[in-house]
Amino acid sequence: MTKFLLKRLGMMLLTLFLITLLTFILMHSVPGGPFTGEKQVSKAVLDALNEKYKLNDPLWKQFFDYVGGLLRFDLGPSFKYQGKTVNDFIENGFPYSAKLGGITLIFVLLASIPMGIISALKNGKWQDMLLMAIATIGVTIPSFVIATGLIYIFSFKLSWTPVYGVDSWKGYILPVIAMGGYSVSFLARLMRSSLLDVMGQDYIRTARAKGISETRVIFKHALRNALIPVVTVLGPTVANLLTGSFVIEKIFAIPGMGGYFVNSVTQRDYTTIVGMTVFYAAFLIAMVFIVDIFYCLIDPRIRYD
Amino acid sequence: MEPILQVRDLHTSFLTSNGEVQAVRGVSFDVERGKTLGIVGESGSGKSVTSLSILKLLGSTGKIRAGSIKLDGEELTGKSRKEMRSIRGGRIAMIFQDPMTSLNPLIPLGDQVGEMLWEHKKEMSKEKRDEKVIELFRMVRIPEPEKRLKAYPHEFSGGMRQRVMIAMALACRPELLIADEPTTALDVSIQDQILKLMRSLQQEMGMSIMFITHDLGVVAELADRVAVMYGGLIMEEADIYSIFQNPMHPYTIGLLASIPDMNQDKSKRLVPIPGSPPDMIRPPKGCPFAPRCQYAMRICANEMPPYVKTGENRRSMCWLLDPEAPETGNPFR
Repeated sequence: MTKFLLKRLGMMLLTLFLITLLTFILMHSVPGGPFTGEKQVSKAVLDALNEKYKLNDPLWKQFFDYVGGLLRFDLGPSFKYQGKTVNDFIENGFPYSAKLGGITLIFVLLASIPMGIISALKNGKWQDMLLMAIATIGVTIPSFVIATGLIYIFSFKLSWTPVYGVDSWKGYILPVIAMGGYSVSFLARLMRSSLLDVMGQDYIRTARAKGISETRVIFKHALRNALIPVVTVLGPTVANLLTGSFVIEKIFAIPGMGGYFVNSVTQRDYTTIVGMTVFYAAFLIAMVFIVDIFYCLIDPRIRYD
Repeated sequence: MEPILQVRDLHTSFLTSNGEVQAVRGVSFDVERGKTLGIVGESGSGKSVTSLSILKLLGSTGKIRAGSIKLDGEELTGKSRKEMRSIRGGRIAMIFQDPMTSLNPLIPLGDQVGEMLWEHKKEMSKEKRDEKVIELFRMVRIPEPEKRLKAYPHEFSGGMRQRVMIAMALACRPELLIADEPTTALDVSIQDQILKLMRSLQQEMGMSIMFITHDLGVVAELADRVAVMYGGLIMEEADIYSIFQNPMHPYTIGLLASIPDMNQDKSKRLVPIPGSPPDMIRPPKGCPFAPRCQYAMRICANEMPPYVKTGENRRSMCWLLDPEAPETGNPFR
């Protein structure tokens, strides 16, 4: 197990390094730079700025300087916001994104798995039709449309929830639904098809032939098997939710990470782009790693040696 | 003595989007106490559906349309779900074809076998259950049974898994064991071990067995009586010697001609039965085997043949055996 963990850690660091390298190269190969804008900056100022942020150094040196900083968890200064560092952005934004994401994750799990189970058990009946119709809507309609619709009905017409902000718990209701809608629908469908598949397996017939109750057949024999594919997609889903959605954060005016990230791209804020990407990638890799450990716990066939 | 299982005029159908599949169309047989009834037939003959009907394990689309199933004189067809549960595993146990997929991959084998005891012997403590499982593992000749309680199916070979299935089935000493092609998925050498094991356990426990297979060789090893099924009907039923020595139904004769024989001239080719089984959504009006039967007469395709008593305690469903059938062209008289 230790050997596996070390091997895995090495792979994770290598992946992270390659992502950093790729983002770095892509960013620098796009024409323009952080200081090109509508208002022309004088040559002297530009030179001074380039000098200050070491943009005159050869690219490879810039890259290794950056990686050196990464190793000390220093993501560098922002090129656009004087006196701010990328670490500041993450420290400011991530708690908002993570809190919203965490609540959304709980909502997603509590809604999607029971939905999938009910649909599968009522396969072809009205409950299944209804839930899968909702799930189809959730998968096909983009989150900003759902968000707008929700705001119109619940905030504007009914005045039950605030239009923006997360000052009270009520403020979380609409963003959580809008942000989790896709994942709920997607996971509910996955859960349904997975459980249906498992219910047709030979070992379920064996379980029924033992005379145990149908409830026990489902909960003891079918569910754990059916959860395996759901756990697989859970890793990326968790990372996605916790690192924030720009659209949802923008609509509901939540000062999370998403806003910083999108702004940094449009403003060619090199360090922020790479920093946020690396942060997101590290998070995603860690979640996938946790999922792998979970696999080990639920499926005895998987052993990492 | 009254047979342990009496099935009379059983009809079972599956409702599909294409129509009603009439898998079993009026099947009657007995399983005698302590004896083995072999049910032989090719895929789609209705043999598995017959066995699943007895335990009502037909799924949501399968329905018993008519008939009676009596276990020790007690009618099963009208039983509620709850009543059926105490019969499944408790009084009638079942072993399935593919041991590789019939065990839950995520649950330790000891727990899977123990669950049978947990369900039917609620008063048993966890320690007692484990002890009993070890005893069962020993009974089916699993080596080092104490160490196997926590093992998972993927750690066992196919033959070992089938032993676990047998241990599970026998945990509550059922009166009847239904074995649905238990050796089909195994190597021939392992098949032989499993058959020998089943025979010795039957003698030890005195249970009755209903053995379903498409393999006449396997039936010869184990069965006392044989029912040959085709098209959802029993074509011929007789004791094991008569079936092999003196088959009366053209289908049985065809089946026997298609198995290789050690003493047979090697240059002689095996004789297959031409054609394929009938469509059970629109089963033929007459004998289901008529389109493939080389002796078929005009009446065979149009009218369902009656059962003809062909000897002491044996019967066949064939027009050729009817007293009024013409002498010419009849190979059996």
